[in-house]
Amino acid sequence: MEHALSPGARIGDRPRPAVNYLNASKGIMSWLGTVDHKRIGIMYLVGVLTAFLMGGCFALLIRLSLLTPTHMLFGKVLLTAEQYNRVFTLHGAIMVFLFIIPAIPASLGNFVLPLMLGAKDVAFPRLNLFSFYLWLTGAIMAIVAMVLGAVDTGWTFYTPYSTTTDGPVTLMILAVFILGFSSIFTGLNFIATVHKLRAPGMGWFDMPLFIWGIYATAVIQVMATPVLGITLVLLALERSFGIGIFDPKLGGDPVLFQHFFWFYSHPAVYIMILPGMAIISELIPTFSRKTMFGYRAMAYASVSLALVSFIVWGHHMFVAGQSQLATVVFSALTFLVAIPSGIKVFNWLGTMYQGNISFETPMLYAISFLILFAIGGLTGIFLGTLSTDVHLTDTYFVVAHFHYVMMGSTVIAFIGGLHYWWPKMTGRMYNENWGRIACGLVFIGFNMTFFTQFFLGSQGMPRRYYNYPDQFQHLHAVSTVGSWILGLGLFITLAYLLASLRKPMDAPDNPWGGTTMEWLTSSPPIEHNFEEQPVLEREPYDYRPVVASK
Amino acid sequence: MDWLRNWMMPPQGSAYAAEVDFTYMGLFWLCAVMFIGIAGAAAWFSWRYRFRPGRVTPHDTHNTKLEVIWTVLPLMLCIGIFFWGLNGWLKYAVAPGDAMEIQVTAKKWLWQFEYPDGTRTVNEIHVPAHKAVKFVMTSEDVIHDFFVPDMRVKHDIIPGRYTEVWFTPTVLGKHRFTCAEYCGKGHSDMHGDLSVDNDADYAKFLETGGTEWEQYKDHMDQWGKIQYERNGCSTCHSVDGSKSKGPSWKGIWHKMEELNNGTTVLVDEAYVRESMLYPQAKIVKGFEPIMPSFNNLLRDNQIKGLIAYIQSLQ
Repeated sequence: MEHALSPGARIGDRPRPAVNYLNASKGIMSWLGTVDHKRIGIMYLVGVLTAFLMGGCFALLIRLSLLTPTHMLFGKVLLTAEQYNRVFTLHGAIMVFLFIIPAIPASLGNFVLPLMLGAKDVAFPRLNLFSFYLWLTGAIMAIVAMVLGAVDTGWTFYTPYSTTTDGPVTLMILAVFILGFSSIFTGLNFIATVHKLRAPGMGWFDMPLFIWGIYATAVIQVMATPVLGITLVLLALERSFGIGIFDPKLGGDPVLFQHFFWFYSHPAVYIMILPGMAIISELIPTFSRKTMFGYRAMAYASVSLALVSFIVWGHHMFVAGQSQLATVVFSALTFLVAIPSGIKVFNWLGTMYQGNISFETPMLYAISFLILFAIGGLTGIFLGTLSTDVHLTDTYFVVAHFHYVMMGSTVIAFIGGLHYWWPKMTGRMYNENWGRIACGLVFIGFNMTFFTQFFLGSQGMPRRYYNYPDQFQHLHAVSTVGSWILGLGLFITLAYLLASLRKPMDAPDNPWGGTTMEWLTSSPPIEHNFEEQPVLEREPYDYRPVVASK
Repeated sequence: MDWLRNWMMPPQGSAYAAEVDFTYMGLFWLCAVMFIGIAGAAAWFSWRYRFRPGRVTPHDTHNTKLEVIWTVLPLMLCIGIFFWGLNGWLKYAVAPGDAMEIQVTAKKWLWQFEYPDGTRTVNEIHVPAHKAVKFVMTSEDVIHDFFVPDMRVKHDIIPGRYTEVWFTPTVLGKHRFTCAEYCGKGHSDMHGDLSVDNDADYAKFLETGGTEWEQYKDHMDQWGKIQYERNGCSTCHSVDGSKSKGPSWKGIWHKMEELNNGTTVLVDEAYVRESMLYPQAKIVKGFEPIMPSFNNLLRDNQIKGLIAYIQSLQ
């Protein structure tokens, strides 16, 4: 291995144990009935990546169809308006509910969180398995809804459109309801785990920042998701039995639905981004071989982002008919988000300063994250500012902004984290050269796809549009070509990651010189994680030579 | 840097649009500088501190002074930006009291507009330049959104309630308006032209009563039927012969009507027109003089339509 290990790294290389969590028991049933957090994490990983693949194919289809204003391709209409509406709804619903919300916490979080805490498992292993099956049930219901004819409501289910349109909307709503419970149980499990199962000597401020991020996420999952559940039940009742909650024809209020919906779905944005930030807080110190700058500020920033996320939902509704006073107050509160976000970016840069930085694939993704998150965050200012938001809201500017935050930040961090922990999860190193090439393609393709959309939006192109004026075609074409490059990069990633599974295990226990506890155990870990209970002796991210610290 | 603004933003149709653009461009440059700072630092550190075997990194856990600075400075900046946005938005939020009102009804997938004088149009708006115009909007089905990019305004249109949006157009010519809230299959086709007219053109537009009637030019009786329903005629005049507050229109054309002063009159164009504009002049026997005058309320093409409609009710 040519990987450079830093002086402070704990090098746990020892003969690879013959029995690990992957081969400790065999057969499909040993997986389906497992309560091992690592196996559940792997099952989630397979599940969310499948969802990502599906949602991604829909995205490529949308972009291909938008290549021309009339959706003509080789003399044929690629998608009709109805099909287009269904495809973008499926893309949004799959990506949000099936992929990105569970992506980091349920797959990487499940695998890594107990290891980082030096614990044997999560606090409630059976609940963990149950939440996986809830996820699977919800996913199957969503797919059945797709097969039955698909819904065309947009992922936001705005009333009264969603209560009056055709299609299996109720089934889709129930699917999302069940997925919500999967998310709640995962959050509950992680909160209990962090409170009760930390290794001896590990106080709150000795926890890796990944744990802080996942913990803050879990708090949101537990507190916000029930509101979505209640809202969706009300929606299903209205649709099925005509109980008037949201439809004005039945005496309801459609704006009330938006309040309920965003009361969950804005915090949900932080369910998505906080775990992404949490991964970056691991990658940057590790590959800079330098202690995390401003550790406490980072921990507080994660928690304050989680709290602030509950009081800014109205910024989705500046032109939606909420009271004007509410609009002003929500705009003011929204700017609070910028402060902890800024603190995080500055601290990451502060960690790189005077570091000893190497550029393995995870670090390339971390740097991509810094740049893309900066764009995603800064363009949020245009949308939080009242006068400019009125023009930009409901246009492609918003589409570009949230893709920079969701895809450009969260998914990029997820892929970075996947590479970072891949050796730990599988016992194998992926091909570093292909990793760097794919990261470059993803970065270029992503920016081509979405940077153009800021200008489409500012020029006045509304979102969710099937036909569009000819003047927008140039930018749409660039965006579509970008989506091919992005897709190519992601398919290459899938290919070399899968290819790495064919070779014998070659990963050292601590390939990157990480300082957190998951690197103390073997790669892949044994069934019960550690041969003996690890004890915290040094704080995480302590890269001083071991001798000097004694 | 006007070319940059002109490329990023649609043409400016009002003074308010120019003001929004000024804020937008201000934020653009501010964000550009901050982005270059962040990306530049990341790039510089990546190069300057690239991996060297054996390099020991300092154990800098924090720097309180620095951290306070990068917490407080962005906070102050954000407060400033908030008020900048608020200042512009207040103009959008509060329409002047003397603004002309246009009623908007949105439905899948078209726009209906009604002017103060009863003029109606579909998917087309004419407004006089340099006068504030306020749109009072409601929806018949799902949520829509009235978006006029050139004026930099939009607002959702909600069934079961009224929302408002206003602007003072200053640039003559056509500006596109379009639906910005997803409403199904025809969402992206739900657009039309806002025509900002000089006073002469606007007066001409009002005279002809908009464009809706043009599609009925060759079917004036149908145009009359629409007027019969819209203008309240149906409240008192039946079209099936049944007695109501006024004489039924069924079979009335070219009939000799007996009046309450004992004379008779032939129901022809002159009489019908007189009855609409000066209803008290001749009262049919057995009915009370309760009809309001439609003088100045009905346009000539509407009256002609009504007459054609009455003619058709044989």
